[in-house]
Amino acid sequence: MPQTLFAKIWESHRVADTAAGSSLIAVDRVFLHERTGAAALNGMVAAGRSVRDPARVFAVTDHIVDTRPGRGDATLMPGGQAFITETRAACAAAGITLFDVNDRDQGIVHVISPELGIVLPGATLVAPDSHTCTQGAFGALAWGIGSSEAEHAMVTGTLRMVRPRTMRVTYTGALSPGVTAKDMALTLIAAHGAGGGAGHVIEFAGEAVEALDIEARMTLCNMATEFAAVTAIIAPDAKTYAALAGTRYAPADFDAPYWQALASDEGAVFDAEIVMDAAAIAPMVSWGTSPEQSVAVGAVIPQGPQRAHDYIGLAAGERLAGTPIDAAFIGSCTNARLSDLRRAAAILKGRRIAPGIRSALVVPGSSAVRRAAEAEGLDRVFTDAGFEWRESGCSLCFYAGGEGFAPGSRTISSTNRNFEGRQGPGIRTHIASPETVAASAIAGVIADPRDYTP
Amino acid sequence: MTPFTTLTSIVVPLLRDNIDTDTIIPSREMRSTGRTGLADGLFAPWRYVEARVPDPAFTLNQPAFARAAILASGANFGCGSSREHAVWALSEWGIRAVIATSFAPIFAGNCVRNGVLAVVLERDAIAALAGHETRIDLAAQTVSAGAASWAFAIDPESKSMLLEGLDAIDLTLKSRAAIDAWTAQDRTLRPWVYLERAA
Ligand code: SF4
Repeated sequence: MPQTLFAKIWESHRVADTAAGSSLIAVDRVFLHERTGAAALNGMVAAGRSVRDPARVFAVTDHIVDTRPGRGDATLMPGGQAFITETRAACAAAGITLFDVNDRDQGIVHVISPELGIVLPGATLVAPDSHTCTQGAFGALAWGIGSSEAEHAMVTGTLRMVRPRTMRVTYTGALSPGVTAKDMALTLIAAHGAGGGAGHVIEFAGEAVEALDIEARMTLCNMATEFAAVTAIIAPDAKTYAALAGTRYAPADFDAPYWQALASDEGAVFDAEIVMDAAAIAPMVSWGTSPEQSVAVGAVIPQGPQRAHDYIGLAAGERLAGTPIDAAFIGSCTNARLSDLRRAAAILKGRRIAPGIRSALVVPGSSAVRRAAEAEGLDRVFTDAGFEWRESGCSLCFYAGGEGFAPGSRTISSTNRNFEGRQGPGIRTHIASPETVAASAIAGVIADPRDYTP
Repeated sequence: MTPFTTLTSIVVPLLRDNIDTDTIIPSREMRSTGRTGLADGLFAPWRYVEARVPDPAFTLNQPAFARAAILASGANFGCGSSREHAVWALSEWGIRAVIATSFAPIFAGNCVRNGVLAVVLERDAIAALAGHETRIDLAAQTVSAGAASWAFAIDPESKSMLLEGLDAIDLTLKSRAAIDAWTAQDRTLRPWVYLERAA
């Protein structure tokens, strides 16, 4: 019987079935960060348990680590330093590899995992972080879990799981110029709701997905958690193997038949199917407080829940384009890889951010991305335009209680969540592609990136 | 973990869709690497007008719901961040069951691991029981309020974990021999998965 890619990975990791209808699924990699990882490690030690195979568990400091130049353990978040020092001590005690504050491989967990070849096609990887789905772009089954489940995975090498359903989302045709993977994801979520993928593992497929470079595929998979999916996956191809070849933890030879078989078979049946027309997608911007509340940048805002209109301060019938903004943020595991920074810099080159912008920040997704960007001179393009250039980390993708935007700021952001208060109390977030953030920063109002294409 | 069998409580309504874990427990309220000290920060953005002054309009602050153990909500409850702190905060405040039209998958998994029951019901059923004394019977898979009663679905694995208050790790460690055998076999099939321990 033809099998889906998900089914192949599931079956190859199914250790046993339980009496209650779940399965023990082998976990190949666990990745922790200091925000939720210390809780998992402390819980494990308190219960008198230890890590089954420490060589396959990794950790990084990315969430609350300072991103200002010359950083150390001190954080702007009150009490944040303890998360870093406790994670460091717990990793040392457990024999876990930690990519520490000033390690050259430090960066956002989902950005550094493929840079180092920790995620692999056909493998299972879990992290106590919802955006672990990002790594499905490499043909891995990678999903986010809670701290207790992370403890379970570390101690037993498995997770107890009820088999999720499958959904294929096929993007036919080709994207128009200036339209990106971020816009593909926001269009899907706006059309089918933030709960539209609930309970499903989503395989992204179709010509428009095949045409995406590996970094853009990560952006698409990243947003699957905003669609309530268990995770997302994309069949690996030559681009996938080229991206992983030569990385530190990846095998040397991706030619074996094992890797070539990692695709859904012709005729494989999914529990649900959605087809999207890539050519019809325009640059998208969120108008409300859920990613499902997103529209094409030139469109009129529809009537949504009144609470969302009140929080964001925009009524139905108004247009996003032309709305004045106070701040611009380029960063996060969604859109802070080298290709994202290149595309934003291409728009910013030779231009200045508008005088009304009080805060404009670029935070590279990893220390390696930062070095590569600096080698190309992108940092100077950003700083010449009036952006601040930072060390790598999650930074203002979320508000931890320390550094923040000015109260009430309307912020255009290349991140993934526009929830009430996500970027700080009262902060009104509009999520969009890095191009749209760059164009809006120049205009001082929400702007269509296609009007600023170099 | 405390087993979950039956629960009778008034239902505190929070009938909004897409309530995210950043709202249930904002990151700034997660002050330590432990799992406690979180109840005070539960729904902080909505619960307090400023500096910890309770907003009397917010349902959780109303005296009628001070001892509520059941929370009712809309679609996609617990979406967003994977932080298990959302369940720890709810549970520390006193919530032992959440009834919603759907749940985000990571949140639902975190509930089971902490003895909290996540019940999916239709919107009209939730509207009918919100604010009322309600009884949940997990073994029978029913929710009842007054003369009305609704059946709910739950997978057998979650049901037995909750009913018996089982610790998932202890349970899985009983299968250690099977895991060891599988790993030995897998090492020959996929040697590249296995790494040397860092120096
Ligand atoms: S960049 Fe944002 S979404 Fe990504 S892992 Fe960090 S906090 Fe989470």
